Amino acid sequence: MRTIDWTAPFSIAIALLLASLVLLPMFWLALTSLRDDSGRFTLEHYRQLVVDPAFVRPLANTLWTSSAVGALCVLAAAPMSWLVSRTDLPGKRLLRVLILASFVTPPFLGAFAWVLLGGPNAGLINQWYYGLLGLKPFEAAPLLNIFSAWGMVFVIFLYTFPYVFTFVANSLDLIPGQLEEASALLGASPFRTAFHITLPLALPALLAGFLVAFLQSMTLFGPPAILAMPAGIDVITTKIWSLFQFPPRLGLAAAASLPLLPITIALLRVQTLILGRRGYAVIGGKSGGRQLIRLGAWKIPALALFALVLGCSIVLPYGALLRTSFVKNWSRPLAGNLTLEHWRFVFLEFSQTQLALQNTFVLGIAAATAGTILVTAVGYLSLRKIVWGHRSLAFLATAPVAIPGIVLAVGLFLSYTRPPVVLYGTLWIIFLAYLTKELPVGYQQVSASLKAVHPELEDASRIFGATRLRTLLDITTPLIRNGVIATWIFIFIGSIRELSATILLFTARTKTISVTMFDLRESNDWGPIAVLSISMLLITFTMIAAIYRFTDRRPT
Amino acid sequence: MRSTPLSVVCALAWAFAITVPVGAQETTPEMVAAAVKEGRVTWYSSVDVKVAEAVAKAFRAAYPKIQIDVERAGSERVFQRINQEYQSGIKNVDVVNSSDASHFLFWKKQKWLAQHTPPDVKRFAAKYKDPEGHYATWRATLNVIGYNTNLVSAKEAPTGYLDLLDPKWKGKLVKSHPGYSGTSLTGTYALIKALGWEYFEKLSKQGVQQLQSTTAPPKSIASGERAVMVDGNEYNMFMEIDAKSPVRIVYPKEGTPFVTSPGAIFAGAKHPNAARVLQNFLFTSKIQQLLVNEGGLRSVHPDVNYPPGRTALAEIKTLPDDPEGMLAQIDDIKKRYTTLFGN
Repeated sequence: MRTIDWTAPFSIAIALLLASLVLLPMFWLALTSLRDDSGRFTLEHYRQLVVDPAFVRPLANTLWTSSAVGALCVLAAAPMSWLVSRTDLPGKRLLRVLILASFVTPPFLGAFAWVLLGGPNAGLINQWYYGLLGLKPFEAAPLLNIFSAWGMVFVIFLYTFPYVFTFVANSLDLIPGQLEEASALLGASPFRTAFHITLPLALPALLAGFLVAFLQSMTLFGPPAILAMPAGIDVITTKIWSLFQFPPRLGLAAAASLPLLPITIALLRVQTLILGRRGYAVIGGKSGGRQLIRLGAWKIPALALFALVLGCSIVLPYGALLRTSFVKNWSRPLAGNLTLEHWRFVFLEFSQTQLALQNTFVLGIAAATAGTILVTAVGYLSLRKIVWGHRSLAFLATAPVAIPGIVLAVGLFLSYTRPPVVLYGTLWIIFLAYLTKELPVGYQQVSASLKAVHPELEDASRIFGATRLRTLLDITTPLIRNGVIATWIFIFIGSIRELSATILLFTARTKTISVTMFDLRESNDWGPIAVLSISMLLITFTMIAAIYRFTDRRPT
Repeated sequence: MRSTPLSVVCALAWAFAITVPVGAQETTPEMVAAAVKEGRVTWYSSVDVKVAEAVAKAFRAAYPKIQIDVERAGSERVFQRINQEYQSGIKNVDVVNSSDASHFLFWKKQKWLAQHTPPDVKRFAAKYKDPEGHYATWRATLNVIGYNTNLVSAKEAPTGYLDLLDPKWKGKLVKSHPGYSGTSLTGTYALIKALGWEYFEKLSKQGVQQLQSTTAPPKSIASGERAVMVDGNEYNMFMEIDAKSPVRIVYPKEGTPFVTSPGAIFAGAKHPNAARVLQNFLFTSKIQQLLVNEGGLRSVHPDVNYPPGRTALAEIKTLPDDPEGMLAQIDDIKKRYTTLFGN
């Protein structure tokens, strides 16, 4: 009996789906940016973008703050990754876990927490500082003012440096030890070796890390909205958001969004050039038996560096959120201030909690499931070079890396608020945003697992007469099961924390936890925000524990 | 594409309007039964989230079979969301409450509001309701100055708006945003009329921390983040005082903006009966008294009593709101304000 091989129609369907996900929003974005209200061609939006200081200033702010974030990340992550990779620093495992925790903490949660810590007068850190020195708020300058451009840079840095750390740590693991050993044998001190041998070798990874941090910072919406806007500072993402307020100025919003695309693409090109053809996801290949440098008394400053960075990214913010969720007035001392009121309010009274939780989970599960299926199919078709044009499939699946969330949201809004397909106001439009946004992450995960499966097994199955689909289901899928589960969880975690695209696409019935928190922020309801933040972190960490359970990975 | 359908729509709306009886529509058992059948009602409001949920809780207790969803955001945000949704053909909103009374003029002009007069509103003073029955004042508040008593002594406390221009307040002030909050917008418009834009130009040089909602500055000074609030809801100040926060209200000597906050039903509501049941419920003396007692609000319901310790409205020099005058200037005010103070 002969069954039909569905490979060709299936591949075409996948290609069309990917193209409509990625290209349609970009098409409308470009078109809208070039049309005036009556639909005629115009360059007016771009002219305004270039000459109006109301746009030039946010763009300049974005560029300099993102550069500052990149530089800070490199400055902190370079010594940190060297210490973890090359020295006998104690507690490495715990440190790596905490760095992973910074990595998965949504930056807007960090920004909320840092308002509580670093508000110039009532912020807990400033209160300690005033108390310690016997000063009074308003009379003396605060230790730190989080409502500033530098405050925003600092908070973004705290949740972005793990990217750079991972880059550099991976690259250090791959650098052969012989060169460093030679330097040591010739009598150079460990630090001289580090600066003259290791650093130049790790330079490409550092530069690539800088670019990734820059990109991450450029596309964030939460921290600038929470920390910079109250100080009257706009960046390009908050500007796009304000253009979206009613009556929306869509042409301008589209024109303001588009420049981010070439910037991102250029930076990613540079990064690929720097890293060569060696992707950063290279796992294994460690040169074993490396002699670790003894730190001796240097352990103390080394650990102090970790304590400072991780204290600021994890310990203090989590502590502040936890404290705030259990007190009546967040800036007063604990005594006589304790309450369970915020937890009761959020889970028993606040009518948006249930709806938002439900929406968040539905979206997370749907995006993760659809995304995993899609990237697995794309990964299979492109890595096994099964169909003509498999390269463009892989390209389309990774292209959204270059599309910042808020830009994608503008594109989706333009595509799906008009017939034939009106999705605005439904969960579908947010689902499409999440799916598209998470494609690259998912694709990278799945392709790593697929590369580990030898095609011979599949070929054997085909030789015995199984169709492509049958082979995929019976042979390949079980072999990559763990990788697929990890992909699902990655997309799920990425989706439930999404803010920058959701903020433009939600309506009253389609709110998520993240936008609910953003709404609460506008009325300074810190207690409920803290409760929701902790809940979101608990969900995230449960899912991460699940990744390790299923894939038996150790934190790397 | 613009002229013909609009005139048709207007004619239809007019024809529709004259067939609907204007006047009280009591909550009858039939209306409740129909509302239960609809199952839910969506209420957009700009009132403080705790007050909104307290009202929703009371509604759930009274009508356990009708699910109420509260969508709370600042008045200007509520306005943006509704308009954005209506423009895209999404009819989420059943009942609305906003502190920017001019919104109701706009929506009424768009023919988006249903005519419905809750029984209690019949007894409201004429200035607190639309003569054609599209909306009525659901709540009111004053947009006041306030300060933290730990940081500012009663002696040095400001007595009015012009005092806030004193250099000693530099870096100590906090303010809400008229681009977000209807109360703030109403207050800003009243102050522009009383003191002119020069006042805001000078104020913008005082290092004012810019928040969004008028519910936020009272929480900010209660936490001690700032010492003095330039504007903020009187009702949030009462709530803070009831919670023993170290704050005090100042009714500025130039006059305090009085902000009425109407409520209405949307004609296109998906749950028209549940909307009427909710709207009638919102205007009952029981809920109006709840707004006053727990929410610190002012009510225009004739049966409401104020707890001791609240300054009577008659003793406060107020600056009345003027929605019609404000309507034409909203965009200009927001734009000029944003240039001075940022987003």
